[in-house]
Amino acid sequence: MLLELKDMKTVFKTDRGEVTSVDGVSLRVGKGETIGIVGESGCGKSVTSLSIMRLLGKSGRIKEGEILFMGQDLAKLPEAELRLIRGGDIAMIFQEPMTSLNPVFTIGNQLTEAIQLHTDLRGKAAAGYAVQMLEKVGIPRPEAMMKSYPHSLSGGMRQRVMIAMALSCKPKLLIADEPTTALDVTIQAQILNLMKELREEMGASIMLITHDLGVIAEMADKVVVMYAGQVVEETDVFTLFEQPLHPYTQGLMKSIPHIEAEAEETLASIPGAVPPLTNMPKGCRFQPRCAFAAARCQAEAPALLPVQEGHDVRCWMAQEPEQWKVRKEEAV
Amino acid sequence: MSAVQSKVAGGAVLPLQQDAPEGVFRQMSRRFLKHRLAVAGLAVTLMLIFIAVFAPWLAPHSPYEVTAEFSAAPSSVHWLGTDQVGRDVLSRLIYATRVAVTVGFGTVALYVTFGTIVGLWSAYAGGWVDMIVMRITDVFMAFPYMMVILVVVSVLGPTLWTLVLVLALFSWPSIARLVRGSVLTLKQMDYIKAGVSLGLSTPRIVFRHILPNALAPIIVNATFGVAAAIMAESGLSFLGMGVQPPTASWGNMLTDAQSISVMTDQPWLWLPPGIMILVTVLAINFVGDGLRDALDPKQ
Repeated sequence: MLLELKDMKTVFKTDRGEVTSVDGVSLRVGKGETIGIVGESGCGKSVTSLSIMRLLGKSGRIKEGEILFMGQDLAKLPEAELRLIRGGDIAMIFQEPMTSLNPVFTIGNQLTEAIQLHTDLRGKAAAGYAVQMLEKVGIPRPEAMMKSYPHSLSGGMRQRVMIAMALSCKPKLLIADEPTTALDVTIQAQILNLMKELREEMGASIMLITHDLGVIAEMADKVVVMYAGQVVEETDVFTLFEQPLHPYTQGLMKSIPHIEAEAEETLASIPGAVPPLTNMPKGCRFQPRCAFAAARCQAEAPALLPVQEGHDVRCWMAQEPEQWKVRKEEAV
Repeated sequence: MSAVQSKVAGGAVLPLQQDAPEGVFRQMSRRFLKHRLAVAGLAVTLMLIFIAVFAPWLAPHSPYEVTAEFSAAPSSVHWLGTDQVGRDVLSRLIYATRVAVTVGFGTVALYVTFGTIVGLWSAYAGGWVDMIVMRITDVFMAFPYMMVILVVVSVLGPTLWTLVLVLALFSWPSIARLVRGSVLTLKQMDYIKAGVSLGLSTPRIVFRHILPNALAPIIVNATFGVAAAIMAESGLSFLGMGVQPPTASWGNMLTDAQSISVMTDQPWLWLPPGIMILVTVLAINFVGDGLRDALDPKQ
């Protein structure tokens, strides 16, 4: 196992006290594997990824749990040692390519800085390697691009530069936080293809965070669905699309527009919004928005349990269908 | 019609095929050069620095040499006449440039360095460090500083370097606050987060990635600071609390012009230093204006 999160809990200090943003997330990423994390805005996907890198700022901290990366617990590693892992063994690409590059330095400047930090290459050798990386991510005329400033590049080009920067130190894990959200649809496909190619070539594992199930279907081997700071369903990508068990996952599936759909058909949506972190509902966190909610769902929070081999769900309906039905009738 | 066509043709060229992307520095100097007054200001400023450096070669006489001609009107020997003790006004004017340049740039170099470091530290540390540092700047900014400067100068003795030190002491808070404000904004930028995620150390992030982005307002503020320091020095010297005679300074040269008879009958005693102060401050402020426009990221 390359990365294993065990019951990780991330909290933030606010004016109204401590708020739990990610509550007991456990997941595993194998070598060369691509894991997708899906969910609505505010459900804790990004915080999960930032927790792994410990980029939570001053107010956030990992309160409980372990982040095992190649046997080391990143949650307890001293800052100086963690810095060697950041950008070295774990690299990250962000959602906003337009603002992720420093406007006052050239592309070459920023790329070689990362390379010199984590490899033994210096000076000309580092610059040569940077050109090679730019070529690898499909940037035309890489030598000229080394002297360009970020403002003269398009979003797609900048994201390619970010990918080149992230991959230049041959990371074992690449965390991509919504890497294509800010890009045009045509560029999205190019970037996804590029990431796929580079995954094959470099053998890196990818943690892909997105709200776009299309991207998940395209890229991921394994999928983790998050809702309100918790994992609600975890399985391989085929099972997830064929047989989603959690009502939230089913809702997400139904809200994807299909090309064959009738024009008059309205797209399904999940009513309501993710509950605020300060005011979580009792019982199951999805229960107020769930079409199948029963009395038990309001009273007792379900745990994340396997219902089949390699398919974990956090839902009473999926875990105990008979009993859940009985309870539902009682409630009615 | 042809304009439209050329536009279309221009639009067809992909930005990637254009050669040698224009550097940030070249863009800025192009914008600065468009500002005529700023260019003129820069020329005057550079000339003053040149005069200050080469004063001994440029001055026709010694600025301290007392001749028998007291308060003589301009002549072929003394182009700007002599003062009340018979010293050459032009030579004194040239040597006084040294004082102005030293005070102007020395003060600014000192307080900009100090203020920038304090501002960076305050903003990056945050919390109670930031709170205390900002209250200290509040205290400094609330002082009636001319009074305090007069007291400090009279205690420490009015030398050129006390003057630089004292002026710097009361100027750093504005830079510190300016830097702190920019850093607080820049700290939240995605590229800083990206830098941290690449494993850069905190000092590297602060000095190599945040500081260059905060540099534009610092440079503009520093430029105006030079002019302000020269004004303050002239004022203090005029009051007799600055540079002491026989060392020449534009301010203490004006002190000689305090009587009505000098004002009316001997304009060569007060007009040249007055004009020098005016021209210098104006030139430097024009440079500041030009820099502000050139460094404005919104353009």
